[in-house]
Amino acid sequence: MSTIVRSIAGIGRRTLEGISRMGYATRFFIAALMRSGTAFRRFGLTIREIYFSGVLSLIIILVSGLFVGMVLALQGYETLQTYGSEEVLGVLVALSLVRELGPVVAALLFASRAGSAITAEIGLMKATEQLAAMEMMAVDPVARVVAPRFWAGVISMPLLAALFSAMGILGGYLVGVVLIGVDEGSFWSQMQAKVDFEEDILNGVIKSVVFGIAVTAIALFEGYDAPPTAEGVSGATTRTVVTSSLAILALDFVLTAFMFRGIS
Amino acid sequence: MDNLVEIENVSFSYGDRPVLKGINLTARRGQVIAIMGNSGCGKTTLLRLIGGQIKPDQGTVKVAGQVVNELKPLDLYSLRRKMGMLFQFGALFTDMNVFENVAFQMREHTKLPEDVIRDLVLMKLHAVGLRGAADLMPSELSGGMARRVALARAIALEPMLVMYDEPFAGLDPISLGVTGNLIRRLTDTLGLTSLVVTHDVQESLKIVDYVYFVSEGIIEAEGTPAEISASNLPFVHQFVHGEADGPVPFHYPAKPYESDLRLGA
Repeated sequence: MSTIVRSIAGIGRRTLEGISRMGYATRFFIAALMRSGTAFRRFGLTIREIYFSGVLSLIIILVSGLFVGMVLALQGYETLQTYGSEEVLGVLVALSLVRELGPVVAALLFASRAGSAITAEIGLMKATEQLAAMEMMAVDPVARVVAPRFWAGVISMPLLAALFSAMGILGGYLVGVVLIGVDEGSFWSQMQAKVDFEEDILNGVIKSVVFGIAVTAIALFEGYDAPPTAEGVSGATTRTVVTSSLAILALDFVLTAFMFRGIS
Repeated sequence: MDNLVEIENVSFSYGDRPVLKGINLTARRGQVIAIMGNSGCGKTTLLRLIGGQIKPDQGTVKVAGQVVNELKPLDLYSLRRKMGMLFQFGALFTDMNVFENVAFQMREHTKLPEDVIRDLVLMKLHAVGLRGAADLMPSELSGGMARRVALARAIALEPMLVMYDEPFAGLDPISLGVTGNLIRRLTDTLGLTSLVVTHDVQESLKIVDYVYFVSEGIIEAEGTPAEISASNLPFVHQFVHGEADGPVPFHYPAKPYESDLRLGA
């Protein structure tokens, strides 16, 4: 009897803890938004963070994009040629990338490359009392440290996703046209005709902005909330990657359901 | 001489665990005050109360006539601009070099032109003997040097109060003496008031004007260094002479030794 009571109490406790943590995360997120003035008034701070989370993620994003596009072309060609429609290969590669793979895979890579770095950095700043020191110097760490990183992530993410898609299309071109020999004219002209700016490209950009907000907010919160120990920071870094990956995939489903339901 | 810091009947607890139970403490302008006590007795908590990072459960903390625990966030921030704090391991910003660390508050709080900031930073670094280290990153500094850079950063905006959290912890004898002398000299030349939280008795008795002993959340003893050295209070005697056992027991509370080893069972 007491085991049952205890396990029910355990569920209750964990639920309450989870809810209060979500409340804390929401308040943290709102505080970061409210105190974003510094991030824009002194845009140099944000640019510096764009360099660290955006520019330094370029290599992994570009190389992955290239390979994803190459694989798409190989796989797509296999299937399309059975129906004799290999000239739409360009459309297949471009739509897959722009609508789905670009935003999603770039965001997953961004979460593991930049998100984990943000969490570890802020967690260690907290553990070594740098955030407390900043507060004692009458400088608000949320405004000075958190907000510039947040906006840097939100700005970087769509640019990275766009570059990922561009590299993917280049990879698809290399494999489809240069290697396999699909007609170059139809590859590009079909793509131009079938990829819609609003329906496909803009929706992809919206997705990547949402993913950017989610990944950066999760990474910042986990770092800020990390227990100030080595174990605490490593746990927080892991949670950042796991939580933001799940958030990306779940959000992608929701966004896709809203965006593409009318397209036949 | 008037009082810069006045702490009256302050109590504080972390959750159910009381840390401070009715502390009274005053620091006059221009003095170096030591707050001593064994590890975990609430010394650092006291500094955090003065800096307004935490609020007391009861009592008042006054700095320069203002009640810290009743200030609004903006007023608290403007009071903090007149305070400096030296954290235990320096807490330097690891993504900035020594120069940028010291310049941090000047850049955040003033609109001074860059060449004035440069001169001011070099003067502060000169005062702690590290002008030549301006271009180094914090990871390239020894523990003692990092502590001195943090000291230069703490006095960057010429505060009226500087708080030191264990400034002597983990330093070699030379750095220890250097740090102690710096605290005294900067206090005198800049007209500061210094609050030093420490458990290094010998070093601090050399440089301070007045000592408060904290134990079990209360002020166990207070007095000038001479009075403290001569004190016969058992706790102070144990502390000053570094005796292993006394009012502060060597053993963490436990069951009787015999029953733990299951002797006679």
